Amino acid sequence: MNHIIEAQNITKSFIKKVALNEVSINIPENSIFGLLGPNGAGKTTFIRILNQIYFPDKGEILFKKRQLKSDDVLKFGYLPEERGLYKKMRVGEQIIYFGRLRGLTKKEAYENAILWLEDLNIRDWWTKKIEELSKGMQQLIQFIVAILHKPEFIILDEPFSGLDPINSNIIKQKILQLKEKGSTIVLSTHDMNSVEELCEYVALINNSNVVLQGKVEDIKQKFKENIYRLVCKGNFENLNKLSEEKVGIINVFKKYDSIIDVQLKLKNNFTGNDLLKDILNNFEILHFSEQLPHMNEIFINIVKRNRVDI
Amino acid sequence: MRKILLIIGREYFSRVKKKSFLLMTILGPLFFGLMVILPVLLAKSEEEESIIAVVFTDEHGKTISGMDEFVAKALPNTKFIKFEYLSDVQLKALLKVLAYSKYYAVLHIPYNVINSQIVELYSKKQPALSIEMHIIKNLEQFLFKEKLKAKNISPEVFYSAETKIFLKTIKIEKSGKYYETEARELKRLVGYLGGFLIYFFIFFFSSQVMRGVIEEKLNRVVEIIVSTVRPVQLMLGKIIGIGMVGLTQFLIWIVLLFAIMFGLQKYVAYNESLYLTQYQPQTIIGTTQNTQIPLQQKENEIVSSNIKVETAKILLRSLKQIDFTFIITMFLFYFVAGYILYASMFAAIGAAVSSETDTQQFLFPVTIPLIFSLIIMGYAFSNPEGSLSVIFSIVPFTSPVVMMARIGWSIPLNQLILSVILLVLTFIFTTWLAGRVYKIGILMYGKRPTYKDLVKWLKI
Repeated sequence: MNHIIEAQNITKSFIKKVALNEVSINIPENSIFGLLGPNGAGKTTFIRILNQIYFPDKGEILFKKRQLKSDDVLKFGYLPEERGLYKKMRVGEQIIYFGRLRGLTKKEAYENAILWLEDLNIRDWWTKKIEELSKGMQQLIQFIVAILHKPEFIILDEPFSGLDPINSNIIKQKILQLKEKGSTIVLSTHDMNSVEELCEYVALINNSNVVLQGKVEDIKQKFKENIYRLVCKGNFENLNKLSEEKVGIINVFKKYDSIIDVQLKLKNNFTGNDLLKDILNNFEILHFSEQLPHMNEIFINIVKRNRVDI
Repeated sequence: MRKILLIIGREYFSRVKKKSFLLMTILGPLFFGLMVILPVLLAKSEEEESIIAVVFTDEHGKTISGMDEFVAKALPNTKFIKFEYLSDVQLKALLKVLAYSKYYAVLHIPYNVINSQIVELYSKKQPALSIEMHIIKNLEQFLFKEKLKAKNISPEVFYSAETKIFLKTIKIEKSGKYYETEARELKRLVGYLGGFLIYFFIFFFSSQVMRGVIEEKLNRVVEIIVSTVRPVQLMLGKIIGIGMVGLTQFLIWIVLLFAIMFGLQKYVAYNESLYLTQYQPQTIIGTTQNTQIPLQQKENEIVSSNIKVETAKILLRSLKQIDFTFIITMFLFYFVAGYILYASMFAAIGAAVSSETDTQQFLFPVTIPLIFSLIIMGYAFSNPEGSLSVIFSIVPFTSPVVMMARIGWSIPLNQLILSVILLVLTFIFTTWLAGRVYKIGILMYGKRPTYKDLVKWLKI
């Protein structure tokens, strides 16, 4: 697998604390990569190092297998966590200004800006001042600023905060389109639903260290706890009779009109097939599925576990 | 380089395009000029015809008649002030009806005025200064002549003995070169204006730099920009862009100044022709063409309406004696260098804090030398070559303002060079220092840093 970014043993400390400790993160090319972590974990520092705002004390960043250069910022797009726009400047000139800072000519910046504004149906905002726009509208402009120069590598820090579901959805669609067109996107967020929806890979930073990294599917497999959902028709008592050493009922969603909907945990190598064999005679099976953990649970579990360690 | 130009362009055009810039550029000097001219204009428009009744009384307070000649000689009428001698009305009766009469005031002159030197002016409202002055001046002159006559001295003899001194000042340089220092008042004025303008410009535009930095920091624009340019580039771009706004403003003012000078020249030329045809005989008597005759002496000879033409002439002549090319060059240098010196420090302060209210504690020590230089300027104004003036026109933090106060006078070249070199070295140093604080500060949020923190940042 090709990695567009390879961060190798990055250490960065500030006067009072270590922000990143031997952090190694590999970001696969043309993927959507979730950068997760609680507040103050070191995500922003890592993003700033990628953006060459900070330089690591130790370790190095490889961009496409070679050391990151200052010119590479032209291939990077960045949407910072807090809105970063001039309040008094007009939408059009603002987009063009930032586009030119990322190496576009005035003409290119203008043309791309028009394309994006038209694409998002906000062409008539061109002469509006940023301060006249709502927070969500500003976020759309911020998004355009981040991607105007068609960057190969895009860092979006909390892109959905402050957006209503409609705009949030628009941005999600655009992110997916950008990936289709070949960009790699790093999504730093606390919104685990969007991680579930969009990300193929994640890295979780906690207390300046990477505590988890990999493909979302693999992580879920690794953290799965043999929990299944079973919907069936039959007598609930029969289900209760199953050996407690094999099956534990965690949740009962429904048990009336002879329909049972429960969440089960299988123990001691008791597999789904074993369970089905056991109950096949007494029940009519309507639905049976494995319940993989939600990223939210994984996140909370790991972060909590780490706190206990301290 | 391309990016720093972009930043400069944004800082510059976003300000120059603002309406407030145009307003300040045009209205600034207009407002200033108005402040000077307005009182004069107002005083003028206030003038209306005032008739003043004149009453003489004897030792019993009875009205005396037969003083027509006294009134005619001692109290000449002007366009606005007319005197009317009342020889048959008792003072007390007149005062009773003054409020309802056509008279603006009643001037009461007692019989023994020549000794007592007291006259009384009863008026409906507080008399205008111009009326008071007119009465005092003319009565004084008349009574003075009367006294001379009583002592058998003819006024002509007296006046021929009266002396006025015009001090010509000549400076001798070590090289043995002489030069006459002329137009001293104007040179002082130019120095004062220049110094004050620099003080104002430095303060105003440095504050703008600081506010700009705080704005970028607070709305986090800095995060985006700093991901494409080095922080120091952003800081320099901002300082240069805003400085260019100041220069633009200044250049517009220079153009205006030359326009005014040109207008003045036209005005003088036009009025001169009128003046010559009307008043030729008086002016030729006793005045050979010279420039050294003080203004006041001429004033006596010409009618008051021509004072302003004379003033304009003298102003113009003085203006021509000032080396504007040199002064403007020096002004530009001291403005640019002084501005960079202070703006870099202001930028560092803006970067260190997280809100404008937090700037106070850091601004205070930085602005002290600037304010101090204004005080020294007041001194340099009256003593341009005193040792304090010389020292502080060389010390970098005060030199931009203080040197301007001295600029009208010829400054020894070695002092000038020393001052320039020190200033340049200092602003390079402060900019470097400021850059270090700036690049750390702009990405730090939260608690206001202490001086200790700043020192730590410098070491990073």
